[in-house]
Amino acid sequence: MANAAEDKSIYYVPENGWYPVWVALGVTCLLVGAGRWLNAIKVGGEPSFIVLWAGVIILTVVLFSWFNKVIQENHAGLPNAQVKRSYVWGMSWFIFSEVMFFFAFFGALFYARVFAVSWLGGEGDKGITGDYLWPQFTPDWPVVNNPDPSRFTNPHESMASPGVGNWLSYLPFWNTLILLSSSVTVHFAHTAVKNNNRGGLKAWLGLTVALGALFLFVQGYEYHHAYQELGLTLGSGIYGSTFFILTGFHGFHVTLGTFILLMQLVRAFRGHFKPDDQFGLEAASWYWHFVDVVWVCLFIFVYVL
Amino acid sequence: MSAVIETHHDDHHHGPGKGITRWLFTTNHKDIGTLYLWFSFIMFLVGGAMALVIRAELFQPGLQFVHPEFFNQMTTNHGLIMVFGVIMPAMVGLANWQVPMMIGAPDMALPRLNNLSFWILPFAGGLLVSTLFMDGGGPNFGWTFYAPLSTTYAPPSTTFFIFAVHLLGASSIMGSINIIATILNLRAPGMTLMKMPLFVWTWLITAYLLLAVMPVLAGAVTMMLFDIHFHTSFFNAAGGGDPVMFQHVFWFFGHPEVYILILPAFGVVSQIIPTFARKPLFGYDSMVYAVASIAFLSFIVWAHHMFTVGMPLAGQLFFMYATMLIAIPTGVKVFNWVSTMWRGSMTFETPMLFAIAFVVLFTIGGFSGLMLAITPVDFQYHDTYFVVAHFHYVLVPGAVFGIFAAVYYWLPKWCGRMYDEAMGRLHFWLSFIGVNLTFFPQHFSGLAGMPRRIPDYSIQFADFNMWSSIGAFIFGFSQLILLYTVIKTIKSGEPASDRVWDGAHGLEWTLPSPPPYHSFTHPPVVTDAEAHS
Repeated sequence: MANAAEDKSIYYVPENGWYPVWVALGVTCLLVGAGRWLNAIKVGGEPSFIVLWAGVIILTVVLFSWFNKVIQENHAGLPNAQVKRSYVWGMSWFIFSEVMFFFAFFGALFYARVFAVSWLGGEGDKGITGDYLWPQFTPDWPVVNNPDPSRFTNPHESMASPGVGNWLSYLPFWNTLILLSSSVTVHFAHTAVKNNNRGGLKAWLGLTVALGALFLFVQGYEYHHAYQELGLTLGSGIYGSTFFILTGFHGFHVTLGTFILLMQLVRAFRGHFKPDDQFGLEAASWYWHFVDVVWVCLFIFVYVL
Repeated sequence: MSAVIETHHDDHHHGPGKGITRWLFTTNHKDIGTLYLWFSFIMFLVGGAMALVIRAELFQPGLQFVHPEFFNQMTTNHGLIMVFGVIMPAMVGLANWQVPMMIGAPDMALPRLNNLSFWILPFAGGLLVSTLFMDGGGPNFGWTFYAPLSTTYAPPSTTFFIFAVHLLGASSIMGSINIIATILNLRAPGMTLMKMPLFVWTWLITAYLLLAVMPVLAGAVTMMLFDIHFHTSFFNAAGGGDPVMFQHVFWFFGHPEVYILILPAFGVVSQIIPTFARKPLFGYDSMVYAVASIAFLSFIVWAHHMFTVGMPLAGQLFFMYATMLIAIPTGVKVFNWVSTMWRGSMTFETPMLFAIAFVVLFTIGGFSGLMLAITPVDFQYHDTYFVVAHFHYVLVPGAVFGIFAAVYYWLPKWCGRMYDEAMGRLHFWLSFIGVNLTFFPQHFSGLAGMPRRIPDYSIQFADFNMWSSIGAFIFGFSQLILLYTVIKTIKSGEPASDRVWDGAHGLEWTLPSPPPYHSFTHPPVVTDAEAHS
């Protein structure tokens, strides 16, 4: 009887496994728990976290076991080149779907800025709306004077770029440099493993993780600054809404990406990855380049323009 | 590591698991396909029961059975369940069963992901249905969940509705990734792209549509969540946002979504008509290009759903003409189906009956769509029963008949037993009569001005509504015939041959009936006789 490890023409179909159905259960618990929490906060009730934590624990245990299993199977030589191509397709199109997720928020930013705000300010085809509702509203971007400031508190100031000359004292500019450099370092780590340079792999990957963490620290500092000093919050109108949802979901993706790269670093120290077989690392680096590109778009469309 | 090799020693010869774990833990495309199809059927009965509540209430003018608030929850959940819980899972179930067999693959490319895509669904569906029993009731803002109905004025259960949509989207995205990886990577040698069966082609394109728009839907409901819980103002003009923006984001998802529902049905019909006309599909290449064109156009027509919200004239004109363009590739498809039948040696078994009804009735739905595309005319039709008649014609005798046709066509292959032809025809004729009786009168009540999503109406619409309700109950209860026929086939049908239909071509018919647990362990040889049909 042939098996996948011997006969490379056979496509490896894994045996039945308990992981996926538990992931489905875990993610449902996570979301139900989060929903109960949010609804409790909204009515000022006492939230219960049991379901939420159950979800977190289930997901942590199951995802760890699942990834571990896939890595072990790979070390056992079960997947052939064709299976690995499926992983490549899978990761590529997953990143495409993530791009479309950000596309929705960039679309909202574009629509709000180009159409909604100017119509509310009395400009263009639908300007009559603004004339009737809030005639005093002027359609500037960033919006620091909301149509109805009694419901959405005006921020004192926006996060907009102070002009290229002042970028050296502008934190988002430094964050751009940090993230762009980390894309370079992760590429060096990838090249190092391909050249069988284990030391280089660990050093460059470690540096990438550090840069990711530094980016997150700076971003956290910036949020603190926005909330405490600029009065810029999620509730300060469309500028704050689009600013925080775009940078926030990006920050969430950087957190995920940093964690994934950290896991690859742990694997590197355990001797995983070969010059001709390192898709785990490669997929993580693709993901990292993706969050980098999203940041460049953010820097241009959210901060500078 | 040796332990790992041990446990996997006979990976390619393992059979189904035992008991419930066979279904919970399965990585097999056939088992997962079966799960999808049964899940879809159960949800079909749930969503159908909601439709019958609606039709019972509308049987006569005046309030009869349910509170208007509950009526709104029924229309909302009926729509959501039928779209996300019935048609989409059924199409994915068909893809799971058929795509690996049609391209000569052993299984789906990512079998564990496949299991996850399915098992998210019962949780998500359960969460969605459970909102009906929460304080304040379930979602009541229509399946399109327009802000501010779904934000400022929404019941508390909306939070869970949002998360259910996230889960459904995640399931669809993972399913699509799997289907794309399977089709691009697992085709047998010689199965070039332009030799793939049309069903595989339509699913490849559908999977791309899903990948492109489900994340946008996730973005839309995420902004809703933030407006509800975090005081953002995406859809609130007081903070500089715009409720109309919600409609733009929603329909950027929503319009491709309707093609997601119908394209796989196009594929099914393109498999069935050649078989029973005993002729190759007319214009195979143009069919592929037509599907691709429809998919492309679906991204630039979304605002035709919202002509009445007030948008600049240039926008109205652009979306009107772009929408009308879709008639061209769709016309190519209808022309090709009819030409395939032209001078064919036709027989009219149940799958063919459903396929022919599909061509005729879907075309009616397409024509009413063209009427709705005309901006000034749409000002009159918008949010009337004419719209309800239009989209039910493309979804019920369109997508749902496509699924019925596929089930009758491939059921003998799946279980190795033939269904009862007389019962199949009975199911067809009752469904055909029921569906037309339900939805045809709605064109007239809509043109006369009856608004949709209303539990009571003026007495001038009474006759049309009575006919509609009678038709709905005929259609609804005839689905029990399908259930009976399928169970009877599985339990005691006559054995089916491998080829099943004498005009059938394609790799799936070269396998035994029922096919082995792993379809093609080694890639088959693709001959011209088995390609292209």
